[in-house]
Amino acid sequence: MSAATIDSPGNQKAVAPSANDGGSSRADHIKFLIFALAVLTMPIWLSPIGAAYPDLVQKFAIFGILAIGFNILFGLTGYLSFGHAAFLGVGSYAAVWSFKLLTMNIVPAILFGVLAGGVFALLIGYVSLRRTGIYFSILTLAFAQMSYNLAYSVLTPITNGETGLQLALHDPRILDGPAGAGLPSTNLFGMLTVGYTGFYVCAVMLILAYYLAMRIRRSPFGMALRAIKSNQNRMNYTGFNTRPYTLAAFVISGMYAGLAGSLMAVVDPLAGAERMQWTASGEVVLMTILGGSGTLLGPVLGAGIIKYFENIFSAFNDQVLGRIFDFLPEGLQEAAVVLFSPFVGEGWHLTLGVVFMLIVIFLPGGVMEGVARIKARFDRSRSDTAR
Amino acid sequence: MAILNVQGVCKDFGGLRALNQVNLKVQQGTVHAIIGPNGAGKSTLLNCFVGRITPDTGSVTFDGKSLLGIQPHEINQAGVARVFQTPEIFADLSLVENVKIPAFAKRDGSFRMDLWSRVGTHGEITDHAEAVLEDVGLADKLHMHAGSLSRGDKRRLELAMCLVQDPKLLLLDEPTAGMSRADTNATIDLLQRIGERGITKIVIEHDMTVVFTLAHTISVLAQGTVIAEGEPEAIKGNPKVQEAYLGGAHL
Ligand SMILES: Nc1ncnc2c1ncn2[C@@H]1O[C@H](COP(=O)(O)OP(=O)(O)OP(=O)(O)O)[C@@H](O)[C@H]1O
Ligand SMILES: [Mg+2]
Repeated sequence: MSAATIDSPGNQKAVAPSANDGGSSRADHIKFLIFALAVLTMPIWLSPIGAAYPDLVQKFAIFGILAIGFNILFGLTGYLSFGHAAFLGVGSYAAVWSFKLLTMNIVPAILFGVLAGGVFALLIGYVSLRRTGIYFSILTLAFAQMSYNLAYSVLTPITNGETGLQLALHDPRILDGPAGAGLPSTNLFGMLTVGYTGFYVCAVMLILAYYLAMRIRRSPFGMALRAIKSNQNRMNYTGFNTRPYTLAAFVISGMYAGLAGSLMAVVDPLAGAERMQWTASGEVVLMTILGGSGTLLGPVLGAGIIKYFENIFSAFNDQVLGRIFDFLPEGLQEAAVVLFSPFVGEGWHLTLGVVFMLIVIFLPGGVMEGVARIKARFDRSRSDTAR
Repeated sequence: MAILNVQGVCKDFGGLRALNQVNLKVQQGTVHAIIGPNGAGKSTLLNCFVGRITPDTGSVTFDGKSLLGIQPHEINQAGVARVFQTPEIFADLSLVENVKIPAFAKRDGSFRMDLWSRVGTHGEITDHAEAVLEDVGLADKLHMHAGSLSRGDKRRLELAMCLVQDPKLLLLDEPTAGMSRADTNATIDLLQRIGERGITKIVIEHDMTVVFTLAHTISVLAQGTVIAEGEPEAIKGNPKVQEAYLGGAHL
């Protein structure tokens, strides 16, 4: 049940149990197993829609992690951060530095990425959480833009500016043996993490990320976060010091972003500042709302949908469209191509915008609300026939 | 022994003097009613006790410690719970969650990072929350959304949220406003029952049946000033009080 639907007065919501305090341990674990299975088999069931190639399924997993973490702050606690891309970028830089200085093994890189995201979030969160609502959002946006600009200027020794941070032959890599001929590849204790192996690393991380988010959501800590979102004043008068709760949520969500950033470096060991731009921060907001903020699965779905659109629709051009509308008579075919071409290729953002608007207007709880509505209709028709 | 001691409290809002040299002593284990016409400053006075506002001058001590300059959550942890004039509940959560949350605050303190255990495995918290909800007559609505309750039920829920903490001092800002006669009587009953546990209470009420049934002491506030204080019988006959209430129409 999403925040957006709660104020709809009375109706069936009033008698329906609150979705969040239900959910037995067993039901949770069954859902978790299904989720894990679905993630691991993505390369199979996504192939009919042309999405089953490592580059894209990796992105689904990585942005899924980012969105799950973002949702802990936004969906559970009610704080809308517009600077999450900064933590993503910091995670990437930390991971690439680990590849350059220590080893091509991905374990330290991931650990450093998570740690860097967390530390950075602690600093930004400590200041930004002095405000709530729109002022909080603006503060996070300002910090993220500042990081983005610094990455191009003062911090170039760390970020390598516009070129981006890359591996080089003469990097020390003190834990690895003497360098071979070419640039080394990322690995997990010797197993190269390229292609589908890279995907499975990301997939396992996504599954762990989901499990942790599920535990958090069901825990006293998670319940406190939901209560803060609902009525922070009441929380204070009820004896909770809400500041450390919101800060912890912010840091956890920054660590998720750091993890996502480090995985980007794992599958492609370079880091650039464009990852920290505000458009990237905005994207994760869209993902979360599109899928259903406050739900466990929604953000992952939203991330998948947006990344799918971005990759598939942006690859369409007029020739492809022409082939799709092949079946139409001559004149109509051209007309259809002209009509649809603004929505594909470079114009895929237009499609995304339209889809997003439709969702926000008709399904404020995102895709997950759509699923819940279909399920409710299904249940009702079943009980009708039973009667 | 006075559990709450208020001395010389003043509060100005712009040009308006909302509280003017208020003195108040609330005795341990008693019910102290505060009455007075609309806008008299009753809620503002309670706001000074829970850290919502800080008085311009004066002192507020509870259990020997000053309540001024400390955070609302610290005041609650010291044993002060409040029912607000407009219900402050967690509208997006279920009733039982609304009551579990203050129970966790009481047991675990103002911050505890328990993000691994399931809420449902804290059996004693669940049992306690359900028992208190039953006490206030909401046992049949445990899993409903709190936001969908009627105004009277929201008040009872808020009362349950306070009672589950077993506070030393309970502040009630018009606890029966918006309730039917039957619900008001049920609430009086409930407050009398919990009175036996020795919780000190400050009650703001416009309903004089409630006041005269429950209160041991009554303070009358008008335009920010305490104009009378004493036992219910004495207050009833006080001409200044009748004057403040427009010729005694309310009494
Ligand atoms: N935060 C505030 N800022 C400005 N003025 C305020 C504030 N809070 C209260 N007041 C004013 O102070 C006066 C006292 O208000 P208060 O709410 O304490 O009255 P009350 O006795 O509780 O009345 P009621 O019986 O209507 O609840 C009113 O004139 C009110 O408008
Ligand atoms: Mg009032």
